[in-house]
Amino acid sequence: MDTTQALADLTEISSQVEAAVLFDEAGEVAGSTLPDEQAGRLAASAAELLARAATVGENGGEVTQVEASTPDGSVFVVREGARRIAAVTGPDPTIGLVFYDLKSCLRDVGSGSDADRPKRRRPAKKERESDEA
Amino acid sequence: MRRRALGLVGFASGVFAGSVLYRRTLGRRRARVDVYFGDGSMITFVDGSPEADALLPIARDALAAVRQ
Repeated sequence: MDTTQALADLTEISSQVEAAVLFDEAGEVAGSTLPDEQAGRLAASAAELLARAATVGENGGEVTQVEASTPDGSVFVVREGARRIAAVTGPDPTIGLVFYDLKSCLRDVGSGSDADRPKRRRPAKKERESDEA
Repeated sequence: MRRRALGLVGFASGVFAGSVLYRRTLGRRRARVDVYFGDGSMITFVDGSPEADALLPIARDALAAVRQ
């Protein structure tokens, strides 16, 4: 799957994601829901966030995900191999779901196919009473 | 009469001070950063810690980039 389609799927299925950018370990933008200049700034900040997170933790292991939460919104960064994705949401997002959707998006871009990916289903619309009668 | 008025003013001042305190402490969401590692562990850095002070400005830059 190409990056444009993967990002379109991401923003369609995850209404909490305001904007997202796919980039590589060199910070090169591969795709984004934003105009080029904003995408570059978001990718640069996200890459810096990952790099700084690796230095501040006492764990010493490889940082795979970061979520920074502020009263104005949250920033998510996920890395998988050489690929990275960053996203911005409003305040108090459903953290687990956002991470799941970002990882799914990364895998979609990497696999070239979404046939074997379990899709998160949208909540079913309530059936109208007239249909039940 | 005057004592009663003073009591009412004191009560109103107390309610006002309490509401301000509530908004500044419990009512405000605290900024924080969660860092997840490859071994499955996770560390949370709350606002005010040196680690959060290093990471949160970068996150605010990212938010500003999107919402400019």
